[in-house]
Amino acid sequence: MPYEPDTAMGGPSGRFPSTRHSAILSLKSANSGERERAWAAVTESYWKPAYKYIRIQWNKSNDEAKDLTQAFFTAAFEKDYLGRYDAAKGSFRTFLRKCLDGFVANRNQAASRLKRGGGTPALPLDFENAEGELESLPVKGGLDTEAFFYKEWVRHLFSSALEELRQECAGKNAGYEMLERYDVDQTAASYEQLARDMNLSVTAVTNQLAAARRRFRRIVLERIRQVSATEEEFQREAKQLLGSKWR
Amino acid sequence: MKPLPDEALGRLREAAALPDLSGTRYTLVRELGRGGMGVVYLAEDTELERRVALKVLHLDDASPELSERMRREARTLARLEHPNIVPVYDFGDLPGGRLYCAMKYVEGPRLDEYARQRHSLPERLRLFALLCEAVAYAHARGVIHRDLKPENIMVGAFGEVLIMDWGLARPASESDAPGHVLGTAHYMAPEQARGEAIDHRTDIFSLGRILEELAGEPGARPPKPVTGIAAKAMAADASLRYAGASELAQDVLRFLDGLSVTAYRESPWDSLLRFCRRNRNLLLLVATYLAARFLIFFWTRL
Repeated sequence: MPYEPDTAMGGPSGRFPSTRHSAILSLKSANSGERERAWAAVTESYWKPAYKYIRIQWNKSNDEAKDLTQAFFTAAFEKDYLGRYDAAKGSFRTFLRKCLDGFVANRNQAASRLKRGGGTPALPLDFENAEGELESLPVKGGLDTEAFFYKEWVRHLFSSALEELRQECAGKNAGYEMLERYDVDQTAASYEQLARDMNLSVTAVTNQLAAARRRFRRIVLERIRQVSATEEEFQREAKQLLGSKWR
Repeated sequence: MKPLPDEALGRLREAAALPDLSGTRYTLVRELGRGGMGVVYLAEDTELERRVALKVLHLDDASPELSERMRREARTLARLEHPNIVPVYDFGDLPGGRLYCAMKYVEGPRLDEYARQRHSLPERLRLFALLCEAVAYAHARGVIHRDLKPENIMVGAFGEVLIMDWGLARPASESDAPGHVLGTAHYMAPEQARGEAIDHRTDIFSLGRILEELAGEPGARPPKPVTGIAAKAMAADASLRYAGASELAQDVLRFLDGLSVTAYRESPWDSLLRFCRRNRNLLLLVATYLAARFLIFFWTRL
């Protein structure tokens, strides 16, 4: 019997928002093209947290982590690891992290030279960028494996969403610049300062910043939807990120 | 893409979670609390220059069930005009699409916080009787709250009690899908926990649990009649509970007036003690009179 303690968020729902389709569902598609696109979307969302996770939690060198990340996502596609995900057993993120743990543990055990599978070309992943992030943002210790992976996933999610917002706003309005200065870098302490610096009225700043935040929120939610298998998982993930206190 | 430090992640998360109030009559003051459905903010109504409690759903594309629950709460509140039920001022959707509901802002403690303060038992019981009357009013209009608990009840600045959070309230004629359980386990009647059909007596059970907690004090047990009232309200068999919240309130008020209560069969000794407590002043007067007559009698014999 579905029991919702403490009047927790809603019950099952038949609706799944359709702006971005669930890549997780498409991993099981009979159409190989759709499956490949889904795999690319999942890789795009998770490669960086996976790389950092291997570097920090598995204490691997830069080169080892690169090889393991490449090999994991390649093997995940070829051997259809991720297609075995069952939404009833937990979140996709946790499933992927456990697959990654199992993969790295197996590689450790075999202690063999990593082979990239089946002639598949190396994935175009920007490891230098990920390594640069690790150096410029020393990871704080004390987080358990799940919390570490989650935080790195959120960092990558927000960075990607900001980049999408930047591209959308380019040449159209100053919303991204306002969001970056006020919410990201904090180089503007008030709306008045933003208005002065950008030669706009405070009302214009208020409206454009609100619109940029709204759009940023929408992009984040769409990206979460893309890596959720069900409406329940989407609601749970979105609520964890935007509806609860930051841990 | 540039790396985002943890502090920027927190700020971005807050920025994305904040409701977009641009173009509305409200400005945000601070967060008051959060629950399963959404977040409640203290906001300023700039048109009427008053503070309101603004409840906003977590997600702009929340499930239809959640949206419907919020809409139902606003409609339920709109037709329950009672001094002990929080009034709704406004309902709609924000520019980002998230549903909101503006309600009266109650400045005061929640009932569980109030219970921890040092109020006398009669004060707490009078408050409880007011709460019962508000629930009885809702029941008379065919509405069952279904989630009565101290966290959903506020005590206002003038000692008034206000019932909040009617998100689970339903007309008595409607029921949930079989087996779908909503509510808070500790305050939930057995039939509600089992996912069976419920009626207004499920709220009576919750009131009994609230009474039990409200009347209890660290190191002191509530008087037996009060314990009896709570036990009757919480009877596992709904047919053995009070027939209505008014009857429950009446029993509590009878106790406060020093009268016997229907939920507790007292011994002759209990009856005598209660009679003495209730008529303490009269008994003192009679005793004083008899003592004076006794003294005068012996004085005149000397």
